[in-house]
Amino acid sequence: MPESNTLYLYALPASMSQKILLNAAQIDIILHRLACQLIENHNDFKSTALIGIQPRGTYLLNRLKKMLVENYDVSNLKTGLLDITFYRDDFRRGDQPLRANSTEINFVVENMNVVIVDDVLYTGRSIRAALTALQSFGRPNTIELLTLVDRRFSRHLPIQPDYNGRQVDALGNQKVKVSWVENAGEDAVYLIKTED
Amino acid sequence: MDQLSVDHLLGIQQLTPQDIQLIHTTADQFKEVINRPIKKVPSLRDITIANLFFENSTRTKLSFELAEKRLSADVVNFSAAQSSVKKGETLIDTVNNILAMKVDIVVMRHPNPGAGVFLSKHINARIVNAGDGAHEHPTQALLDSYSIKERLGSLEGKKVVIVGDILHSRVALSNIYCLQKLGAQVMVCGPATLIPRHIKDLGVLVELDLKKALQWCDVANMLRVQNERMDISYFPSVREYVQQYGVTRKLLDSLDKEIVIMHPGPINRGVEITSEVADSSQAIILNQVENGVAIRMAVLYLIASKIQHHD
Repeated sequence: MPESNTLYLYALPASMSQKILLNAAQIDIILHRLACQLIENHNDFKSTALIGIQPRGTYLLNRLKKMLVENYDVSNLKTGLLDITFYRDDFRRGDQPLRANSTEINFVVENMNVVIVDDVLYTGRSIRAALTALQSFGRPNTIELLTLVDRRFSRHLPIQPDYNGRQVDALGNQKVKVSWVENAGEDAVYLIKTED
Repeated sequence: MDQLSVDHLLGIQQLTPQDIQLIHTTADQFKEVINRPIKKVPSLRDITIANLFFENSTRTKLSFELAEKRLSADVVNFSAAQSSVKKGETLIDTVNNILAMKVDIVVMRHPNPGAGVFLSKHINARIVNAGDGAHEHPTQALLDSYSIKERLGSLEGKKVVIVGDILHSRVALSNIYCLQKLGAQVMVCGPATLIPRHIKDLGVLVELDLKKALQWCDVANMLRVQNERMDISYFPSVREYVQQYGVTRKLLDSLDKEIVIMHPGPINRGVEITSEVADSSQAIILNQVENGVAIRMAVLYLIASKIQHHD
């Protein structure tokens, strides 16, 4: 039997081009769970910083931040945005994004407990780049990883999430798309079959 | 994907307004990088850059070298004073010798206008022009326009006057192209002998009276009098030049608005501008220097991105 929070999607009909994996209500429940797990491990967040990966991790970060502050009375929550464009390992190798987004980390991460926040964990290469990029801001005590969707079995590097919304087994030609009210008018996670 | 429309940075003339915007937005992020505790990114770690300076330069060379090192590129330096150029070697031979050592990008300053264009047609490397004679100095114009944008928000509709030795200045020509492409109005001001004859054809205004020019503008870019390029006397004496074209505190106070003062360096204090003006809050001269590194990082990063990786 599959684990309860795992979706198996190997047998999608070829005609289906888009399937909803998570709706708004499910995302809300997951966000609450992730927020509670963070509180469980980080107490008052005194020496914790949540760092969202640009551009898409920022939506998840902002939601978690809002929830932690408004629903769970967390104060003094340190958050930052990290752009990894200049640290990518596919520079000069095809169609990688070239235009960088802003990095906004107004504190030194020395001796802090950093939680990297991103929406989809796929090959792990972005997180590898983020780990290198973080070194420019000091030596953190620990670094953890929080993702909304974990495309397990797709990893190129030995990187796993510490906090995970939903595990998804998607094929190589499928794409996981996360929509937020802020950028697409609705909270949803879709599995899209791309033409190839 | 956002990319430059050119493979080499030979001059501003060949760039589109979108290219300039892309360089500026990329420089925004590099400016953040160079203000971090660790000011270095690994982007160009497998790129080798040769800095070929066939003409003296201190700050441009320093700025390029810092930019290259902060991008983790390997850097080799070459200056004509210690080289075989003096022994009669041609430009192509000199550069090909360096390229045989597997160099990807050549940053070149040369006394002859068009040296970069010539080289780009004959060698297999990307060229970044760091000044070619009295022709162009593209990275200076990019950092000047970036610095104005940083201070005033935008260049659209802004009025910029370039004051001084327009005739011998590559900074002036590159600035004219760049500012116009970004929607600014440009005026040149200086002694009639130092204003090129057909400059109005570029769509710039010409004004010989400094006070009128300053009253018109939002930004004044003060150029250095390039004595080393002057084969004859273009004005009677430095003293007379200062009286007519030197910017003083008193002159700025007599205007009914506050204008931004720029200078590409090196400053002849007391000639183009007085120390009081150079050190005032209206001057953004040191911002220009800081932005220079970020702009050059952006240019090298974007040029390097077009060199396809070979497995």
